[in-house]
Amino acid sequence: MSNTLIDTACVPVIDRRFRLQWEAAQNAHVLLYPEGMVKLNGSAGEILKRCDGIATIAEITAELEQTFATTGLSGDVLAFVTMAVDNKWVAVRS
Amino acid sequence: MGRGTVMKPGPPLWLLLELTYRCPLHCVFCYNPTDFARSGPELDTADWLRVLREARALGAVQLGLSGGEPLARDDLEVIVAEAHRLGFYINLITSGVGLTEPRISALKTAGLDHIQLSFQDSSRQMNDFLSSTRTFELKSKVAALIKKYDYPMVLNVVLHRLNIDHVEEILDLADGLGAEYVELANTQYYGWAWQNRAQLLPSREQVKRAEAATQRFRERGGRPMQIFFVVPDYFERRPKPCMNGLGSIFLTVTPDGTALPCHAARMLPGLDFPNVRAASVEHVWFESAAFNHYRGDAWMKEPCRSCPEKARDFGGCRCQAYLMTGDAANADPVCDLSPHHHLVTEAVALANRPAEIQKQSLDEKPLVFRSPQNSAALFP
Repeated sequence: MSNTLIDTACVPVIDRRFRLQWEAAQNAHVLLYPEGMVKLNGSAGEILKRCDGIATIAEITAELEQTFATTGLSGDVLAFVTMAVDNKWVAVRS
Repeated sequence: MGRGTVMKPGPPLWLLLELTYRCPLHCVFCYNPTDFARSGPELDTADWLRVLREARALGAVQLGLSGGEPLARDDLEVIVAEAHRLGFYINLITSGVGLTEPRISALKTAGLDHIQLSFQDSSRQMNDFLSSTRTFELKSKVAALIKKYDYPMVLNVVLHRLNIDHVEEILDLADGLGAEYVELANTQYYGWAWQNRAQLLPSREQVKRAEAATQRFRERGGRPMQIFFVVPDYFERRPKPCMNGLGSIFLTVTPDGTALPCHAARMLPGLDFPNVRAASVEHVWFESAAFNHYRGDAWMKEPCRSCPEKARDFGGCRCQAYLMTGDAANADPVCDLSPHHHLVTEAVALANRPAEIQKQSLDEKPLVFRSPQNSAALFP
């Protein structure tokens, strides 16, 4: 469980123990870690590849909404990042 | 993932390169084949680099570098550098012997992602006895180097009758070394471990105590450390989904270039396993008869063929079926639906006998250590 309270001002970054990579053979982003791999669905991949340690969750959300010409993603992105932090895929700073 | 009668295989996502059978250790539970001494010459650097390129082109992404002791190859850094350039996630599976500071530094520069370090026990005496070497202190030094070079520390301890009672001390040792992950991997009985099974199989009581000790350790809290307790399958009623089905995601290449759908599969009779010296990885994976043989379920016999659980466990392990029943197409005898399940329960019953009887049988049939000499003696 995460001890940090995560809000849209937080800046997420892929945890140093994981490596995010596009795999053409699987047509998916994957997270690689010691002797393991998580195959990500499309939205998870799109969010995680924007977790660069610079953009806030709010900025990532705005960028996704613009790229995919949609609105109202904020709740989904926040929920996913929270789950990713719980799984230790992602670290955040406030 | 479901799997019908007919299937088109996906990519070999996991590639395990057994770079050499040379090893400074002589572990009694090693899964390497007992006849390794008559294996042909090792692939050279150019062959290994070609295997990496061909496998990566098919979609392989997790790479294990193992052996024997992979550090015995002086081109390990070259192999790692090429694997890194290709985009593999690279796991080095090592005893730590030979992992000097110059080498770990060079491997880091080359792009090695992770090191899995094996320990044989929490005590110097048992570690050194089980591996027939004096390596305990050295492993502790290597563990410190792994931390210094900022690798996630994964300790692997193979459990069996002679060390399973030390689980709590093993976890304390791992904690003291700063491990992030600990694999308490109960011995799987292939190769040298099969040879020594009567001496290595723990009693059911021992397994229960070890699980309880692991749970107690987890409940103590403290520094976060993920513990994987791999339950010994002889004590189960359903088989493991071995390799997720042969030819499904795993590809092993042995030191002499033989391609296998599982690192123990060379023992399976009647299959002409291709060699990467003569065949491309693409041919090996998609075309070769040996890799296609156990795909799907056409090879299955009853009770597997009509079993509703066949899509989950694929009938278990082909090697275990072959070793115990003499027919690799039989159900894995770990399954209590197998007509051969008694072979497993009888082995466990022998292991459950009182300690003094066990000691007596150990004196009558001593452990056979993994060594080229013993390999040659077993297969003159």
